[in-house]
Amino acid sequence: MALERRTDIGPPDYKQFLPPIIKENYGKWKYHEELRPGVMVHVGESGDKLFTVRAGSPRLMGTKGIRRFADLAEKYCGGYMRFTSRHNAEFLLTEEANIDPLIADLAEVGHPVGGIGNAISSIVHTQGWVHCHSAATDASGVVKAVMDDLHEYFDGTTEVPGKLRIALACCLNMCGAVHCSDIAILGVHRRPPKIQHENMKKMCEIPNVVASCPTAAIRPAEVDGHPSVEIDEDLCMFCANCFSVCPALPMADALNDGISIWVGGKVSNARSEPTFSKLAIPFIENNPPRWPEVTEAVRKIVEVWVDGARKYERMGEFIERIGWPRFFELTGIEFEKEHIDDYKYAGLSFKRSAQIRQ
Amino acid sequence: MADSQRSTPLLDELKEGPWPSFVTQIEEMADEGKESCGQLLELLERSYNEKIGHWKHGGIVGVMGYGGGVIGRYSDVQDEYPAIAHFHTIRVNQPQGWFYTSDSLRTICDIWDRHGSGLTNMHGSTGDIILLGTTTDELEPTFAELTQNDFDLGGSGSDMRTPSCCVGPARCEWACYDTLALTQELTMHWQDELHRPAFPYKFKIKNSGCANDCVASIARADLSIIGTWRDQIRIDQDEVRACAENGMNIERDICGNCPTKCIEWDGNEMTIDDSNCVKCMHCINAMPKALRPGTDTGACILLGAKAPIVEGAQLSSVIVPFMKIEEPYDELKDLIERIWDFWGEHGKNRERVGELMQRVGLGNFLEEIEVEPVPQMVAYPRDNPYVFYEEYYEEDDEEDDEE
Repeated sequence: MALERRTDIGPPDYKQFLPPIIKENYGKWKYHEELRPGVMVHVGESGDKLFTVRAGSPRLMGTKGIRRFADLAEKYCGGYMRFTSRHNAEFLLTEEANIDPLIADLAEVGHPVGGIGNAISSIVHTQGWVHCHSAATDASGVVKAVMDDLHEYFDGTTEVPGKLRIALACCLNMCGAVHCSDIAILGVHRRPPKIQHENMKKMCEIPNVVASCPTAAIRPAEVDGHPSVEIDEDLCMFCANCFSVCPALPMADALNDGISIWVGGKVSNARSEPTFSKLAIPFIENNPPRWPEVTEAVRKIVEVWVDGARKYERMGEFIERIGWPRFFELTGIEFEKEHIDDYKYAGLSFKRSAQIRQ
Repeated sequence: MADSQRSTPLLDELKEGPWPSFVTQIEEMADEGKESCGQLLELLERSYNEKIGHWKHGGIVGVMGYGGGVIGRYSDVQDEYPAIAHFHTIRVNQPQGWFYTSDSLRTICDIWDRHGSGLTNMHGSTGDIILLGTTTDELEPTFAELTQNDFDLGGSGSDMRTPSCCVGPARCEWACYDTLALTQELTMHWQDELHRPAFPYKFKIKNSGCANDCVASIARADLSIIGTWRDQIRIDQDEVRACAENGMNIERDICGNCPTKCIEWDGNEMTIDDSNCVKCMHCINAMPKALRPGTDTGACILLGAKAPIVEGAQLSSVIVPFMKIEEPYDELKDLIERIWDFWGEHGKNRERVGELMQRVGLGNFLEEIEVEPVPQMVAYPRDNPYVFYEEYYEEDDEEDDEE
């Protein structure tokens, strides 16, 4: 092949992938309606109607699975489809009559339809043990187990008061930026790095390692004749930033790694401002392949919200209204020392009034 | 097939159940003859047994002339799983809005079947198409075929990461600016910054058309460009009345949920005090046929969001309350370059721009990027009296300072 090497061409122009109805109504949509779970119609000022069918996907897809999507897009949508920011596949139809056959075909190949509006949408997540070096848990397996359990809230079988967004990150690096989710499932390490003294010099730059620690727990030291570091384990909060810059400081540890659960965050500005998720459960052991303790804990939190939240109320808004003590009481989650912040600005989260539901 | 003795009893349990299974996706590719996928299943089964991962840090791998776009990945048990000893990730810059044709999807599949594991993420957290798993030797050939088919790599490492956006005006009546056009333009304008890491750390840009923020820009992007408007919400009173007739409790669900209580409903007519509206989108979300954003639209520009590493998680905060977002976007591009200049000069290694803002103080940061402070930038003014005044007068100072 004597082809010219092309670089810096950027992504293909998106306009070539837009269906004709979108090109004609671009920027001129008037309103949309949810017709049933996972199906919506957008109506243009022109009166044109674009139907969207949203299907759940595992995010980790083989080319065989993607080709199935391509075939369905060709069969029902003139070959046009898109993906959402939460890994769902969306099929873009102009023929309303194609909706049912498409949904039937999607069901045939194992993709449920739902996740629009007041529902639980797909779980944004990371790589986990499938492909990551710093994972404290698997990602895809936990997501599969949780969504198997919660699918009734995705496909609309059970109605929910508002939107509920779940995200999973397999360590504190949070490639899945879970820190603003209604429910965040977060992998955590709990054992300080195991220093490989003999590897330190060849694999790491010691000044960088020392500088990487946000609590200054790492100091240069010579150990058994090796230039290395020593770690004040009392100061370690398991962020793994040192491991990010130095492979000779592994954090992963089968006995101590596991999952924490956080609640009440959101990114949307609707009603209340965007906010971080707060700690609900500090630690649950990894229990593959189905993490039953995690699925049970998530379900309990979801059920408390479904039972108690008002229409449109997100998890955090619901908890804000009823108060955190009541949240712990309703979910049966034990409040522990770990729930109280002790990092920077910790005092901002202390209760600084006498307004307490006695 | 290639791995007829493959035994993965734990993973097999994840093939059951109503949610689509990633195990099935990997297994299908193994059954197509992808040895790497068979060994990946075996290695993952081992992780499920041992409760620990088996991947090492990436090394420096990539394509010629680029510093980003490929993440090196090696197994820590290479002898036992030789087909995935190297299992690098290639990030491919997604089409804006994640729109595809069947043909374009098949093109990517064809290339990836020839050169890699056939496994992907549709899509990665930053927005890229993730091609999951290949060897160092296959990187250049994959890149050559991608670029021949008009696809290019995305970002990784300390560079401008692949910008991404919501569906925008392509299929949303709430888009207050053209998120796709802006994202395409910024991506094309800064190809060098995207492909050749030269920043202190990563820099993410995410563009949402309205305050619903469907790409989570305020949580996930160093630069969050969130659509808004500064005139009146458009009201169709007939449709408002239709909502009431259909059983909507407007007083409770709309007026009661308005964060600034700027909506009134007298049973016949809805009135909104737009000067007091914070454009949160709740009423419009709840009544999409009756209410629409205004027509004098633009965006609120916020800066500094990040996940916890290193100094703690942050949400982006306002640096420009309102900016018109129109081609050629010079005002925005100038602002971004001023931010990069200051961050590039003063940011420490692996310091995100949000952490630099905290370290030097937002007030000083604004001075450096030549943005005037305005009250929209704070939730409230400082409540501590420790002010770092930079100058003071001596008794014999002249009334008029030198210029």
